Amino acid sequence: MRTTSRFTSKAVVNGVLVVGLLYTLLPMVFLVLAVCKTPGGILSGDVFSLRELDPLGNLRALIHEDGGIYFRWYLNSILYAGVGALVAGIVCAAAGYAFDKYDFPGKERLYALVLVGVLIPGTATALPLYLIASKIHLVNTVWAVLIPGFVSPFGVFLARVFSQAYVPGEVIEAARMDGAGDVRTFWRIGLPLLKPGVATIMLFTFAGIWQGFYLPYIMLSDEKLYPASLGLYIWNAQSSTEDPAMASVVFVGSAIVILPVVAAFISLQRYWRAGLTSGAVK
Amino acid sequence: MSPFFVLFTAVTLIPVGYAVYLSLYRTEASGLGFGGAVDVFVGLGNYTRTLGDAVFRSGFAHVAEYGIVYVPVMLIAAVAAALLLDSALAKASRFFQLVFFLPSQVPGILAAIIWLYLYTPHVSPVVQWLTDLGATPNLNHPAWSVPAMANVAVWQFTGYNIVIFYAALKAVPREVIEAAVVDGAGEWRTAVGIKLPLIGPAASLAGMMTLVGVLQLFNEPLVLGSIAPGSISAVWSPNLYLYNAAFTDNDYAAAAAGSILLALLSGVLSFVVIRLTRRWRDLA
Repeated sequence: MRTTSRFTSKAVVNGVLVVGLLYTLLPMVFLVLAVCKTPGGILSGDVFSLRELDPLGNLRALIHEDGGIYFRWYLNSILYAGVGALVAGIVCAAAGYAFDKYDFPGKERLYALVLVGVLIPGTATALPLYLIASKIHLVNTVWAVLIPGFVSPFGVFLARVFSQAYVPGEVIEAARMDGAGDVRTFWRIGLPLLKPGVATIMLFTFAGIWQGFYLPYIMLSDEKLYPASLGLYIWNAQSSTEDPAMASVVFVGSAIVILPVVAAFISLQRYWRAGLTSGAVK
Repeated sequence: MSPFFVLFTAVTLIPVGYAVYLSLYRTEASGLGFGGAVDVFVGLGNYTRTLGDAVFRSGFAHVAEYGIVYVPVMLIAAVAAALLLDSALAKASRFFQLVFFLPSQVPGILAAIIWLYLYTPHVSPVVQWLTDLGATPNLNHPAWSVPAMANVAVWQFTGYNIVIFYAALKAVPREVIEAAVVDGAGEWRTAVGIKLPLIGPAASLAGMMTLVGVLQLFNEPLVLGSIAPGSISAVWSPNLYLYNAAFTDNDYAAAAAGSILLALLSGVLSFVVIRLTRRWRDLA
């Protein structure tokens, strides 16, 4: 009797999880199918029938749309997210390391400010950022999108946690005894020990900038500077009124934007799980 | 660490300070209509003007409706899924977590666009299924458009919180759970009686963070407004209103004042987060 009821609960638990899985996958499956369909096939309503397939035609349309500007947008995305993640990774590591290893007046007060920064969503400061950027004539330049990406209070928080865990105080002391300066100690000893932490911070910052929309949306008006998701939004906004065939171009473009981040998160599970977990049990 | 604070100041404190400054002035054409514009100090005038606009205030009512649908659904689903995954009955919990987590890494604007098509009649199988079930989906009515927007966020962020709650559950000492099992508590009793209270702090923190995010709603109404002009206007949420104030009306003073108000409200909510979770953490 008891085994039957255990079997039933097992079936219910896993059944509920599978339903959740189907819900999660539905939009992704829809996207994949839409990528494969001809424009007429998407808008005819029977996405799940495997007729009217033409993925290569859609890809070709994407490549030729607007003189191939999509790939310029894609490179812009890589530039914004790549440079942003690189700089933020090192800057946050240095700041978190300093918070952990040094004592200076007002330290905890400054750290409290960082924690407040973690709680302020990026969209809340975007409009003020636009106002100041327009004052100093940085609006509609690469810098308007790049510079805000360098700052990640959450990254500083993670770096402090990682520094406590991975950089033993004695090693730093020993380096100091040997006459190494602060900067040298950080570069030669602190940073290499913090590598897994820096990788986690870079992954989160890269993904954050890659996903960002509001900041580039308000900062950039020159379409040559758009990141891919902004360009796709603009195309989509045009397609509902002017050109239904644009929908399939938007689908292919979206899939190419989503794919690398999903691949990165599948292959780098060790890093983001570490990041989320330290956030959860702080 | 000083480079961090230079940057932090440059991208957070200075813009906010400048927005405060802008929000206290109003640009007016000088008396005779030539000689250029002058900035006139108006004190809190822009604040009373922005707060006095019923459209701005209705934006807060709209995101509140949205939050009332989104936050409980998301949190309950995330807690329930985390408890299910943590129970001895679930199989392949790492795999489930990974799949549930992935939507949070889809750029929000693209998630909104994909769901836009899933909400479009004659394109979407989902609308067809709902119709077959006897419903009459109508995005031009708030009863449909608000849950539709909430659904995009539920889809995106439930999995993210599942991973966090699951990690919090793993931090529950195994002895506590084993003791309960020895005392004869079944899976259900252990989950509800022991585990649920122990992840309370993590859940309340996530809930409050989500609320702060709700205030910033922008992408979903921006995208879904195109097929639901009857219920989602171009100034539906506070952020959409401020965007229009800045870029359609070129009223930077109002946009600045509104941004400060929104940031203050976010700050108050964040403060509540810290206070509440501190009390919870001390209890736990």
